[in-house]
Amino acid sequence: MTQTTAGETRFQTTIDADDKVEPRDWMPEGYRHTLIRQIAQHAHSEVIGMQPESNWITRAPSLKRKAILIAKIQDEAGHGLYLYSAAETLGVSREDLVDQLHTGRQKYSSIFNYPTLTWADMGTIGWLVDGAAIVNQIMLQQTSYGPYSRAMVRNCKEESFHQRQGYEIMLTLSRGSAEQRALAQDALDRWWWPSLMMFGPPDSESTHTEQSMEWKIKRMTNDDLRQKFVDMTIPQAEYLGLTVPDPDLVWNVEREHYDFGDIDWDEFWTVIKGHGPMNRERIQHKVGAWEDGEWVREAAIAHSEKAAARAADTIDARGAA
Amino acid sequence: MTGFATMTDPAAAYVLRHGDDNLVLAQRLSEWVSLGPELEEDIALANVALDHLGVATHLLGHASQLVGGGTTDDDLAFQRTEREFTNVVLVEQPNGDFAHTMARQLFMDAYQRLLWEALAVSEDAILAGIAAKAHKESLYHFRHTSGWVVRLGDGTDESHTRMQAAVDNLWRYTGELFEMDDLDRQMVESGVGVDLGALSGPWLHAIAAVAADAMIALPDEVTQRGGGRRGFHTEHLGHLLSEMQWMQRTYPGLEW
Ligand SMILES: [Fe+2]
Ligand SMILES: [Fe+2]
Repeated sequence: MTQTTAGETRFQTTIDADDKVEPRDWMPEGYRHTLIRQIAQHAHSEVIGMQPESNWITRAPSLKRKAILIAKIQDEAGHGLYLYSAAETLGVSREDLVDQLHTGRQKYSSIFNYPTLTWADMGTIGWLVDGAAIVNQIMLQQTSYGPYSRAMVRNCKEESFHQRQGYEIMLTLSRGSAEQRALAQDALDRWWWPSLMMFGPPDSESTHTEQSMEWKIKRMTNDDLRQKFVDMTIPQAEYLGLTVPDPDLVWNVEREHYDFGDIDWDEFWTVIKGHGPMNRERIQHKVGAWEDGEWVREAAIAHSEKAAARAADTIDARGAA
Repeated sequence: MTGFATMTDPAAAYVLRHGDDNLVLAQRLSEWVSLGPELEEDIALANVALDHLGVATHLLGHASQLVGGGTTDDDLAFQRTEREFTNVVLVEQPNGDFAHTMARQLFMDAYQRLLWEALAVSEDAILAGIAAKAHKESLYHFRHTSGWVVRLGDGTDESHTRMQAAVDNLWRYTGELFEMDDLDRQMVESGVGVDLGALSGPWLHAIAAVAADAMIALPDEVTQRGGGRRGFHTEHLGHLLSEMQWMQRTYPGLEW
């Protein structure tokens, strides 16, 4: 026989009232674990997502674009930090989460396992990838866990700047020379489907969705978010004069949504399982940087211990005098 | 060489050499993004890179106005050859390990703190305005960098060895910071420029204070390698530029 504790009742009341669960509140272990997994995965995505874009910093085609790109990537690092802090409110340490990323036990968004081959990819990433992130994060502003919700409110302001700068790159390319238009179209061709995969597996195959919706961690399903993204993005593609690489794409008058073609879920699962075009490189880059920096982090700790010891000696000496 | 080579306007050439220092340093620092020893330092290095890039953009913009003829800041950044860049060779040195990047940065921060302070009262009002803002940033940079130099110098045996090696390796590029050529003398006379020789004493004083805290020994007199101000660079600059200018060279004359 199960008995409902006061904590459980309070938790359910909070969820039912659309209030926020806070770190000190009682919460079901499953709720805590789901959030840790999701927030950590989100934090890792922000951090791994720095790589495909930093690939173009040193080759950015103008001083202005270079500055915007550095600032954007810097924002993503900040998002990562902020999300690791949100995860830490659930009783895990950032070190442990980072270790789980490095050893492949936690994942990050599949989108960052594709290479950035041309400058136009900086446009499509801002436009589509940050655009998809916004759709997801606007939903997550309403998530039931307080620190996560607040992190999303803060992130979203910056994400819309990211999306705009990406779209602006695409606009410049699509209004430019034939070569530039070709770069833009090629980038859209490569990034379109992976962007749709960012929302995760279809609802029919999503193992966590139902429980997450009940706990109000998620407020919309993967397929609904994906639809929202497609509806939002197609007019933007039309304005650019670019062709979305989907022959089945058509406005459905009855549904008042775009119908779109089948996503290649085999490709999605291949990437998720670690066999995408850049999975190995992304983790090798991350682990390599971490290992290269170990002596620096050790030095910082050693120095602060020395400084503390010296301060203690000074106090002792004063005490003795 | 292209038409920029002559840079007949001394005022433009003067502004440009300081712009080049900042552009090349920003390019080097930005190579660290996603490779820092921790996420906080990725953010900090990106910040410092952005500051230097901002100063470079202002100075190249000002130089391009002085050159006239529709020249833009981007033209100056992306269309000049390695022989036309007039940055000091210190800033083009590769990042190396984190200790090398911090040593290079310490030398530049300490120099720019003094340089911008002096240029903030330049007769060239635009240059003075850029310098005044850059001075505030250089104070913050110097604090951040010297903090790391002390942590590394007085950290572990390994970090101490690395920090000492970095200072030893890069010391030979610091003399150029204070070299006065004809253009410098001309600019001092017209009230636009700075007497760089007068900055070397205070610079050494600041470096020595940090080195003492960091348990780092400053090298004795070593033969200095300059030449950057007259386009006589180390072999590193050409590679840095071929990467930085790749888009503009591959797709000439386009807007991005
Ligand atoms: Fe982000
Ligand atoms: Fe973003």
